[in-house]
Amino acid sequence: MTHNRALLLERRIKHLKASGQVPLIPYITCWDPDLETTEKILWEIAEENPACIELGFPFSDPVADGPTIQKAVVRALKNKPTLEEFFEFVSSLQQRGFSVPILCMTYYNILYRYGLERVVRDSLESGLAGFIIPDLPVEEAGSWLSVTRGSGLATVFLVTPTSSEARIKRISRVSRGFLYYVSVTGITGARDRLPEDLTQRLEFVRRLSRIPVAVGFGISSPEHIKLLLPHADALVVGSALVKIVEKEGRNSPKKVREFVKRLIHYGSS
Amino acid sequence: MGKKGYFGRFGGRFVPETLMPALYALEKAYTKIKKDKSFWKEWKCLLREYAGRPTPLYFAENFSKFLGRELKVYLKREDLLHTGAHKINNTIGQVLLAKKMGKERIVAETGAGQHGVATATACALLGLKCVVYMGAKDVKRQALNVFRMRLLGAEVVPVYSGTQTLKDAINEALRDWVTNVKNTFYVIGSVVGPHPYPTMVRDFQSIIGKETRKQILKKEGRFPDYVIACVGGGSNAMGIFYPFAKEKGVKLIGVEAAGKGLDTDFHSATLNVGEPGVLHGMLTYLLQDKVGQIKGAHSVAPGLDYPGVGPEHSYFKDTGIARYVAADDKEALYAFQVLSETEGIIPALESAHAVAYVISHKDEFPEGSLIVINLSGRGDKDVASVKEYLEGKEPYDA
Repeated sequence: MTHNRALLLERRIKHLKASGQVPLIPYITCWDPDLETTEKILWEIAEENPACIELGFPFSDPVADGPTIQKAVVRALKNKPTLEEFFEFVSSLQQRGFSVPILCMTYYNILYRYGLERVVRDSLESGLAGFIIPDLPVEEAGSWLSVTRGSGLATVFLVTPTSSEARIKRISRVSRGFLYYVSVTGITGARDRLPEDLTQRLEFVRRLSRIPVAVGFGISSPEHIKLLLPHADALVVGSALVKIVEKEGRNSPKKVREFVKRLIHYGSS
Repeated sequence: MGKKGYFGRFGGRFVPETLMPALYALEKAYTKIKKDKSFWKEWKCLLREYAGRPTPLYFAENFSKFLGRELKVYLKREDLLHTGAHKINNTIGQVLLAKKMGKERIVAETGAGQHGVATATACALLGLKCVVYMGAKDVKRQALNVFRMRLLGAEVVPVYSGTQTLKDAINEALRDWVTNVKNTFYVIGSVVGPHPYPTMVRDFQSIIGKETRKQILKKEGRFPDYVIACVGGGSNAMGIFYPFAKEKGVKLIGVEAAGKGLDTDFHSATLNVGEPGVLHGMLTYLLQDKVGQIKGAHSVAPGLDYPGVGPEHSYFKDTGIARYVAADDKEALYAFQVLSETEGIIPALESAHAVAYVISHKDEFPEGSLIVINLSGRGDKDVASVKEYLEGKEPYDA
C-alpha cells in the first residue's frame, strides 16, 4: 500500500471511471459563509463518493475566477482565515475518518507567503492530498516542483484551449494526481453552452497525457456530465455548487449534496 | 537581467495557463519590433507631431530660490504632453504594436483615469476598439475622466469586485484578456504585470530619461546629482531612472505615497513597508497581510493608489541602484500649492509627491546640488479634489 497521495488519487479516479461511476470533483470555497457550513457541506457530499474534493482557500485577487466564486471569496474572507487554520481543519476531518481526498485550490501568493517548504510539511501532516494553483504556470513552478518532489503530494496543473501540443506534453509530465483541462478560454463560472469542439479537444489531451484528465470550468448540469463523461476521466463542478451556497447560506449543505447526487446519478444513467 | 523575464529575483509571469501562449506571442512580437527601425520611427514621429515630444527640461529658478541653499532644480515637463501626462508615451507604443500584431480590440485598466484616457486616445488615433476597466469607486470619484474616455469612443466598464479600485480593475482586465485572448491586446499602464510588460513599458517610457540626459548636458554640461520621481506602479520613475541607472554619480530617488502615514493602513508605500509576493503576474514587493491577502492602498493622489510596484523597482531597491522614500498626503498638498505659486505650474498630485520630498528634505541635499524632478503630469484633473481637501473635506473615502 502506497502513501503517495497523488498516485492514490490517480488510482481512485481510474477505479471510479472503470466501475462506471461518475468521477465528480466538487469545488467549494472554504469558509463560505463560515467554516461550520463548509464542514457540513463536505460531510454531506462525501456521502456521494466523489473522486476528490477541491477546497478553495480564498485569495483577495482571484484572477482566474468569475463573479460567482469572486463573491464566495468575499464572503469567506470576512472570517479572516489563515492557512494554519486550513491545515488544522483538514487534519481534524481526517482524524474523524473523512475518506475523500481533499485538494487545496489557491493562488500562489498564499503559498509563497506561508513558505513553500512549510506548506509541504503541513500538508503531509494534515492529510491534504495536494494543490491546484491556477496562477502558477509550469515556467514558474521550479521552486514548487522541487519542494514537492518525492512528497507524494498531488501537484495538479492546468491546460487550456490555448495550450499547444508541446505545452500539454510538458505540463502533463509534471502534473500529479490528474491533469486539469480548462474547457473554455476564460474564467470559472457556470455556462449554458460549452465549446463545440470540447469533446474532440478532450480526447486529444487524453492521448497526450499519461495521467487522468479532469475537465472543469462551466460544467453545471447533468446534461454536461452526460456529454463529457465518455471523454474525460473526471469532471469538476464549482460555480454551480457555490451558487447554491450563495443562495442558501447555512442551509445549503443538504441542497449541495442533492445537486451533487443529481449530477452523479443522472449523469451515469 | 538573469533568468528570463526576471530582474534579480523579481518579475516572472505568474498567470493562468490560458495567457501563457499570448505572453509568448507578445514577447516574440516585441522582440521583433525592438529591432525594427521603421516601428520606432513611426512611434517617435507620433510622439513628436501628435503628443508634443520632446518635453522641455525647465530650470525652475523661482522654486530653486524658494528652497534656498543654492539648490538648482530642473523639471522634466511630461505634464506638457498631450493628455496631460507621460502615459501617452507607452499607450501609443503598445497600441501601435497591437495593430502590427493584427489585434482588433484593446483592453486596459485605469485607476485615476489617466492611463485610460491615454489608451482611449491612442485607440482613437490608430482606429482600434477600446474597453477600459475601472473600479466602481474610481468611476464615481473621477467622473470627468470617465466622460473623457467615452468622448474618445472607449467603453468604460465599472468593476464592482474587491476594493473596487485599480487592483480590481487590473484583475478584471486580465479576466477579459483570458476570455478574449485571440483578438484582444491588453495595454498595461505601468511597469507592472507579467513579463514582457515591465520591460516593454520601461522601454517606451525610457524616452523621458534619454531626453533628460541630452538636455541636462546641454544646459549644465554635466549629469544631475539627483533624479527624483514619484512611484505608484513606477512607470514615470523607471522611464527617467533607467537611462541613468549606470551613472554612478547620479542618485536616483523614488518617492512613494505615505498617505495618512506609514504607521497607518492608509498609504501606498509598497517599497518602504511592503514584502515580496505575487500579484498581477509578477513577483514583487506588495502591501499584504500575514496570510498573503492583498491590502487596499491609499493616497491623495489616485495614480499612486496601488498595492504593488514594478518588479524592476523591487530590484533597484534591493541592489541599491535607487533609493525609495515617501511623502504623505499633507506634504503633497503643500507641494502642489508651492509649485503653483512659485512657478505657475500646477502639478499632478502624483508628481507633487516628488516635489514634496525635495521641499521636506531640502536641508539634506548638499549645497548647490543639481536636481531633476520628473514632473510626470499636470494637475488640472486634481483641482476639484484639492479644493475640497483645502476646505477641510475628504473628497472621497479611502
